[in-house]
Amino acid sequence: MKKVISMDEAISHIQDGMTIMIGGFLACGSPHKIIDAIIEKGVKDLTIIGNDTGFVDRGIGRLVVSGQAKKVIVSHIGTNKETGRLMNEGKLEVVLVPQGTLAEQVRAGGAGLGGVLTPIGVGTPVAEGKDHLIIDGKTYLLEKALKADVALIFGSKVDEKGNVYYHESTRNFNPLMATAAEKVIVEAEELVKVGELDPHLVMTPGLFVQYIVKP
Amino acid sequence: MEAKDIIARRVASEFKDGDVVNLGIGLPTLVPNFIPEGVEIILHSENGFTGIGPAPEEDQVDMDLVNAGGLPVTIIPGGVFFDSAMSFTIIRGGHLDATVLGALQVDEEGNLANWMIPGKLVPGMGGAMDLVGGAKKVIVAMTHTAKGEIKILKRCTLPLTGAKKVSKIITEMGVMEVTPEGLVLTEYNTEYTIEEIQAVTEATLIISKDIKPMF
Repeated sequence: MKKVISMDEAISHIQDGMTIMIGGFLACGSPHKIIDAIIEKGVKDLTIIGNDTGFVDRGIGRLVVSGQAKKVIVSHIGTNKETGRLMNEGKLEVVLVPQGTLAEQVRAGGAGLGGVLTPIGVGTPVAEGKDHLIIDGKTYLLEKALKADVALIFGSKVDEKGNVYYHESTRNFNPLMATAAEKVIVEAEELVKVGELDPHLVMTPGLFVQYIVKP
Repeated sequence: MEAKDIIARRVASEFKDGDVVNLGIGLPTLVPNFIPEGVEIILHSENGFTGIGPAPEEDQVDMDLVNAGGLPVTIIPGGVFFDSAMSFTIIRGGHLDATVLGALQVDEEGNLANWMIPGKLVPGMGGAMDLVGGAKKVIVAMTHTAKGEIKILKRCTLPLTGAKKVSKIITEMGVMEVTPEGLVLTEYNTEYTIEEIQAVTEATLIISKDIKPMF
């Protein structure tokens, strides 16, 4: 199966109204070239799941600034003033989730689980409207799994089978998101032939990845 | 010594050799400057690594390696990278000895509010709820008041980051332990009288019978 495709073809998989996961932490380890292409194509009404909305000019936040997001599910918006402004004007729905909960919701989505039980958020606004379960005397919140139509991830070194290595702190949410979407598109910083990536260093097995773009 | 250095210096004496510690942004990042000789702590960065080193020289900046504030840092020998699920397994799973973070408000029950001011400031909780809920020891490190505004209360009025999770409050005026009876002042900065400290604290301070100077 040929996984390496053009950016145009990759972007054809992203359509209006979709839920997309985008890897990265404050723009570190985000697929910046794919974000460029989404802005150029102009798809709209996206629900975006990511750690944060980055900055106005870098990372996931650019899709907030461009008005292409109708909803974001993230742990932090404080570094992008546009997210707060659009939220206050009622133009953007923002769901704030504790970062560790978000990671587990995505992991659960990719692992075939319905959700997770976490003590985090009990007694805070995060708990409002959620099921509380008491297990062995301790209270937990039921946090449902998250899945997406498409996950957009960034790999530092990717082989043609879609095996991915992430350099330094670019890993963050990328390997989790790679398991939790119908289609996974990886933006390769460096693309190598099969056999050139040491299997010990593979952090996302290629079986999770449908498409690779090498900008 | 400036207030923030007094606080950071006192916080630094809380750790024992080998402790795994997460430091919040702002004042807590000053703590490593005061870690005593012979004590090595492992600094955890919630975006996915341990072994946070100093900021790099300008010509050595590598944007694949950032801290939880998105700023370029380095990694010291022995440090390791991991994904966000592992990062929060460390935090939530009882593997983090301590977290140090600031507060908008903290109260005598050990409740902490530091993630939003409704209608004014909604940056999101990021990893703060997981840190407060998961760390074995939660140390609030902050100036005693916010430009005169009282922050150590009987009950927090802002939405909570965590309920009944704070272990200790360290300010430039003193050290307060959260106990079932309330806040116990165990150490004080001798530049102030106990009456002066109580005057800028809404919670009633219980004076430890073993109270001693902070330094």
